[in-house]
Amino acid sequence: MNNYKHIGKNFIPPDIYGKVNGKAKYAEDFRADGMVFARMYTSPVAHGRVTDIDTSAIDNMEGVVGILTADDVPSTEAPNAAILTNNPAFIGDPILAVAATDERIAEDALNKIKVKIETLPFAVDPLDSLMEGGPDAREEGNVFSRSREGSGFKKIKWTKKQIEEFRAGKEPTGEHATEWNYGNLEQGFKDAALIIEEPFVTTGYAHMSMEPRTAMAYWQNGTCYVYGSAQSQSFWLPGLARLLGVEQDKVVLISENTGGGFGSKIGAYPAAALPGYFSKKLGRPVQLRITREQEFYIGSARVGFQGWIKLGFAEDGRMTAGDVFIIEDIGPNATGGDGSSAGGAISLLYDPEAMRFRGLPVLTNTTPRGAQRGPGQNQIAAIMAPLMDKAAKALDLDRLEIRKINAVNNETTVYAEQRPVTSAYMKEALQKGADLFDWDTKQQFPQKINAPKVRGLGIGQGYHSAGAKGFDGLIRIAPDGKIHLYSGVGNLGTYSYASTTRAAAEVLKCEWDDCIIHNGRSDKNLPWSSYQAGSVSTYAQTRTNYVAAVDAVDKMKNIAAKIHGGKADDFDIDGRHVHHKTTPSKSSTYAEIAQAAIEFGGTFSGAIYPEDIHDITKRSVQNIAGTGLVGVAKDKLPQNGVIPGLAAAFVEIELDLETGKYEIMDYVGIAECGTVVHPQGLDAQMKGGAVWGMGMAGLERHVFDPQNGLPANIGYHQCKVPSYLDVPSVTRTDAVDLPDPQNPFGARGIGEPAMGCAVAALTSAISDALDGYNFGRTPVSSDMILNYVTGNNQSFKPLQTNNF
Amino acid sequence: MNVNLTRRRFIKAVIASSAVASQTGCQLGSKDLHAKGSVERLISLDINGKKRRVDVLPQETLASTLRYKLGLTGTKIGCNRGECGACTVLIDGIPNYACSTLSHSVRKRQVQSIEGVANKDGTLHPIQEAFVEELSPQCGFCTPGQIMSAVALLNENPKPSREEARQALSGNICRCGAYDHYLNGVMRASGQSNE
Repeated sequence: MNNYKHIGKNFIPPDIYGKVNGKAKYAEDFRADGMVFARMYTSPVAHGRVTDIDTSAIDNMEGVVGILTADDVPSTEAPNAAILTNNPAFIGDPILAVAATDERIAEDALNKIKVKIETLPFAVDPLDSLMEGGPDAREEGNVFSRSREGSGFKKIKWTKKQIEEFRAGKEPTGEHATEWNYGNLEQGFKDAALIIEEPFVTTGYAHMSMEPRTAMAYWQNGTCYVYGSAQSQSFWLPGLARLLGVEQDKVVLISENTGGGFGSKIGAYPAAALPGYFSKKLGRPVQLRITREQEFYIGSARVGFQGWIKLGFAEDGRMTAGDVFIIEDIGPNATGGDGSSAGGAISLLYDPEAMRFRGLPVLTNTTPRGAQRGPGQNQIAAIMAPLMDKAAKALDLDRLEIRKINAVNNETTVYAEQRPVTSAYMKEALQKGADLFDWDTKQQFPQKINAPKVRGLGIGQGYHSAGAKGFDGLIRIAPDGKIHLYSGVGNLGTYSYASTTRAAAEVLKCEWDDCIIHNGRSDKNLPWSSYQAGSVSTYAQTRTNYVAAVDAVDKMKNIAAKIHGGKADDFDIDGRHVHHKTTPSKSSTYAEIAQAAIEFGGTFSGAIYPEDIHDITKRSVQNIAGTGLVGVAKDKLPQNGVIPGLAAAFVEIELDLETGKYEIMDYVGIAECGTVVHPQGLDAQMKGGAVWGMGMAGLERHVFDPQNGLPANIGYHQCKVPSYLDVPSVTRTDAVDLPDPQNPFGARGIGEPAMGCAVAALTSAISDALDGYNFGRTPVSSDMILNYVTGNNQSFKPLQTNNF
Repeated sequence: MNVNLTRRRFIKAVIASSAVASQTGCQLGSKDLHAKGSVERLISLDINGKKRRVDVLPQETLASTLRYKLGLTGTKIGCNRGECGACTVLIDGIPNYACSTLSHSVRKRQVQSIEGVANKDGTLHPIQEAFVEELSPQCGFCTPGQIMSAVALLNENPKPSREEARQALSGNICRCGAYDHYLNGVMRASGQSNE
């Protein structure tokens, strides 16, 4: 336990009342005078070229107010996602839009438009595209790699023999596109007493945020007002402005509440810009309501993996070498990077003495991919856990012990560059989880229980880098004594927009009731804040709030010195007053100091501000200057090394050998995210992440028809998003709660590892229940378990993905 | 002056003007109120204890009417195909998916939406209070639906077991995975410990 006033304490986030009384407004809940409704015509083919659009049938249709085609919006270079396209690369790719006075008319109009599309070859499984003579998902090629050195298309094909050998579990010999390594890999395997070598598959699946990405826009005095569903707030502006072709100060983003993002709404996406273009063309507000089906199409999905891994272990369980080859299914828009992140996660979580990563990002004509909660780290977490179990069994080690032996700690160096970590306490997380779960006792229980059920125990570890730096903090103390906390953090459901501002309240020692948070609209004078992704918000934004508050306190003390005489250092604050340390009668209230700041002007009132803050912050400071004492600063606090968000999980399942179904009997998740900032929020992330892990482990996957490229599961139930009945009604969580030295409050992030540890614990438990059999796949569905138990063939070829 | 008559006149005037109509709803449809063989379109609905006169298309769902005609946007449309439960409302006290309920079918029924859950003085219903205390919502998009299912449960069964609550809310998907916290909220609202 710490002695903070606000950090580590629960509070009621102000927006929660709107969520429980129905008043919280999401993008689709807004209306504007004269608003019309847009509907999209989306591609019915997986890959093609639009050769003709005939809209004559709706030329005089009553209620139709306009048509927007790819010619009306900036063209986008393949493979990047376009607002509208004449070169559709997946079923559901938006081709044109119609606006009408109501949605039904717009839909009727779409049905009357004739669009001719010349079809092109398409691929739903990366291995089909990689096969010599196989289809390319894009006319420019079948591989697209992005790197600092340069990005571009490639055409890479493997021979039939190479594909077959890969399917058979042998080391891939075909060409790859990216590679990194460290240490002496050959020596690492030479030193190994045990070598494990296996192929694996993780199938992609849709984000399926509850709120479809509806957007509405209108123009006023040259500024575009966009009501969107955004994961981040300030971070969206540069991208949104770019999409709309305007300067950043000509866009206002209103995103008060966002119905989930999970990586799919980090930055501005094309559908959010469509109403802006349409509104400009029509001269009236336009709302584009996105349906659930369309959200499946354009709402993005997790990158799938088809890979091969080889691990070497010394007699004592230490990992001596790791070699991983990952074919990434990067969809049609080449959105990925998951493969290298997966390699990085192996490097960090298991610290092999030598390691190599090879990657091959292959394009497919499936739903566009995007970052999804622990992109790469969580796929590989699921694959690694049963392999660690296998190694433990072969080396006669306890499964907990082998993880502790290889656990990331303060001395671990990671990734290709062998960078340090800011701090890491995985061993402590594992032990805390083992104690809470009662691992030692549960291990003694028999595996066979009431036939046909068997028990399985699993341990999982999750990781994602969980911090960022260099963003701005902004606060204002008003002459009425109220503390205004400006948060450019998106409101995606983590409450970090609010919890991180408590860092400023902590520094100011003020009461929470005296604080007012400003967020949700970019015209509310918000600072440049971090993206709400990569589990960075807690680390990054407690730092920005800290530096802004420190700046404010410094100014308060200087003002007190001006008023009462003496030096700034002679004064201290107590939450309501700035007082002389030795002469308490020399005291001014925060309100009086704020009034004085207005009178003194300059840096005190925000009339002068630091040059190094972002333009977005500068504009906000200019707007609030002269209305109180302004604390504003860029986060330039020291930061060196990888900032790890870590989690460990323990799970017990009962698996029915007659149905292939399993029930989760107990689940314990332990967060290792430095100091706990918001206990309830952390608990929510750990438990929500566990549900995501349970979905990935056993339920969720893409299914595409290989003949036509049609997606077969576009709804919630077909995608199999976990329901109440798919997960236990009680899950247990706790935290290590040891401070990280590179955050003023010791905090790091957690959202993504919260899921990774869960999916890993489950794949570990399923393997344990089946006497160590490893499917090497996610999800492990009931039919797969049943086929294995009964000795039947699986319904898919080895390494087959996206179609079954 | 007859207030209802005035409202009816007003609504008719709205329907006669597609430009104005477009500001109020996304599915207003044809101007013809008396097409041959069609059902009456100007109907009365009992929403949150108030009589609301509204122009409703024959194929219009209750979720559309609530959101786009009556401005009750607390009822969310997550899937519009009866899968997610974000649009759950109570019809005569029974939870129903408003996206899969025709507005015409509830003419003689009592409809309660999230806007009608809090007390008249604005104080929160015990479920709402408990959801705040337990930090049950994450993104909040499914929350109104979760609350409606929970309210219906507690009306019927004031002291449900956790398993009963789980079953009762199982028609409401939460992509954030806040199930545990929602169940904690239900147990707290029913005066039962979460320990």
